[in-house]
Amino acid sequence: MQIKKRTNIKFNVPQQLIPLGILFILVITALIVARYLLVPPTFGELGHYRSQAIEDNLAHPMSYAGYYSCNECHDDMMELKNQSNHRGVACEVCHGPAAKHIEDPSEYLPDAPRDRGFCPLCHGYDPARPSGFPQIIPALHNPGHACIFCHDPHNPLLPHAPEECSACHRDIANQKAVSHHATLDCTECHVVAAEHLTDPRSALAQKPVERALCGKCHADDADASKGIPRVEMASHGQRYLCWDCHYPHSPEAY
Amino acid sequence: MSEKNTKILRRDFLKAASRLIPGGLLFIMAPGTQALLAAVEGKEYDPSEHNYAMGVDIHKCIGCGRCADACKKENDVPREPTFFRTWVERYAIPSEGEARVDSPNGGIDGFPEVKDDRDIMRSFFVPKLCNHCTNAPCVQVCPVGATFTSPDGVVLVDREYCVGCRYCIQACPYGARYLHPEEHVADKCTFCYHRIREGLLPACVEVCPTKARVFGEVGQRSSPMHRFLRLNDVTVLKSWLNTKPKVYYAGADGEVR
Repeated sequence: MQIKKRTNIKFNVPQQLIPLGILFILVITALIVARYLLVPPTFGELGHYRSQAIEDNLAHPMSYAGYYSCNECHDDMMELKNQSNHRGVACEVCHGPAAKHIEDPSEYLPDAPRDRGFCPLCHGYDPARPSGFPQIIPALHNPGHACIFCHDPHNPLLPHAPEECSACHRDIANQKAVSHHATLDCTECHVVAAEHLTDPRSALAQKPVERALCGKCHADDADASKGIPRVEMASHGQRYLCWDCHYPHSPEAY
Repeated sequence: MSEKNTKILRRDFLKAASRLIPGGLLFIMAPGTQALLAAVEGKEYDPSEHNYAMGVDIHKCIGCGRCADACKKENDVPREPTFFRTWVERYAIPSEGEARVDSPNGGIDGFPEVKDDRDIMRSFFVPKLCNHCTNAPCVQVCPVGATFTSPDGVVLVDREYCVGCRYCIQACPYGARYLHPEEHVADKCTFCYHRIREGLLPACVEVCPTKARVFGEVGQRSSPMHRFLRLNDVTVLKSWLNTKPKVYYAGADGEVR
């Protein structure tokens, strides 16, 4: 009964709604048109951005040709370099971007840095560099000579084996030089094979393994000068190796 | 009736077999053939299959600044010392007091000589770049959708659509963005998107002489990145911000921000 009654109600559109409705439809249409015109074509395809932008980013030209490109023509140089300590250094590190050179080898020639300023970017001494990385102090290391005068960058063998450990381990040498161990040679504690000087990775210097090594000077019955601090080896921190607590390159006990 | 239905005529059998056997063979060979076809034709790149990331090994970095230099050359970054997509910072942690950080011209021209390193307890280099955050704050704040995370996980800038409002530069907790002085759009590292899609390495990784930078894909076992994440104790910068960076650092000190 009730349902029937409802359907009988006559619905009158209030007069004031008609212009409002027209206005509403016009505004919505204007918004749709504006949106169509303002939103760029590929916006929203993949997310809240223009997917065309991905293509735009891809369109950027390349300057660096990549490690393997040089091999196609310069395989002799690559072979030489790949046997040397510079095997991990890509050609474009020193010679600069070479994509243009590959496009037109005669027209565009890559750089070849020959001045003294370039090599110290890697090989100048800086305490922040990892120990063991070959470093020189440019002001002291054959000043006035170009690096390539003695070293071939494609096969950077040393003209002669370094005389001092500080050639590569300067950060440690600097610390030791101002410590109580200043007068000790590195070889007092480390066993260094001859090959370590020319090919460091092939024969690493040996580090001490026994407490007795420190005991040679620091044990209470050691045959050493009187000024050296002594401990009773049997009772002094017997669970530990000496260098678990003391840093031998800059020992802190007085 | 049923007997007649189950009985297979020789003709029907041959018909069915002629359809099924080549189909079956194709099905068995499918993975192989697909790989072969892909290799021949060059497979269509599917960005959703990739998730790029970078690893930086602090112990290996020698601070030569070749990465920052190569980045500028590859991506036409202005040479002025205030604009960088990647740069190298030198940290010096003294036995007492605050850590000292410097990065003159991003490390491109080398670092000034340390006159006295006696009070330095630890010192190391930290290469910095856009972290390509999974929850990138710069993407969230961009009012026009001009910076976005691509389907392969790289945060990119839409230069056509950027209005240069600098919100993203403010929002980036890593200071990895700058406003391009000529184009007046935000600019930042793209992981050399134009290179990696071609299968090349980003320019900074390409020129790193000690392989301190590693580039690859997360979750792909054959990728160098997988090995990097497996073998190192990695951290990300400012992990407490929950930005979920995709630049992983091995050997990063707690002082590194």
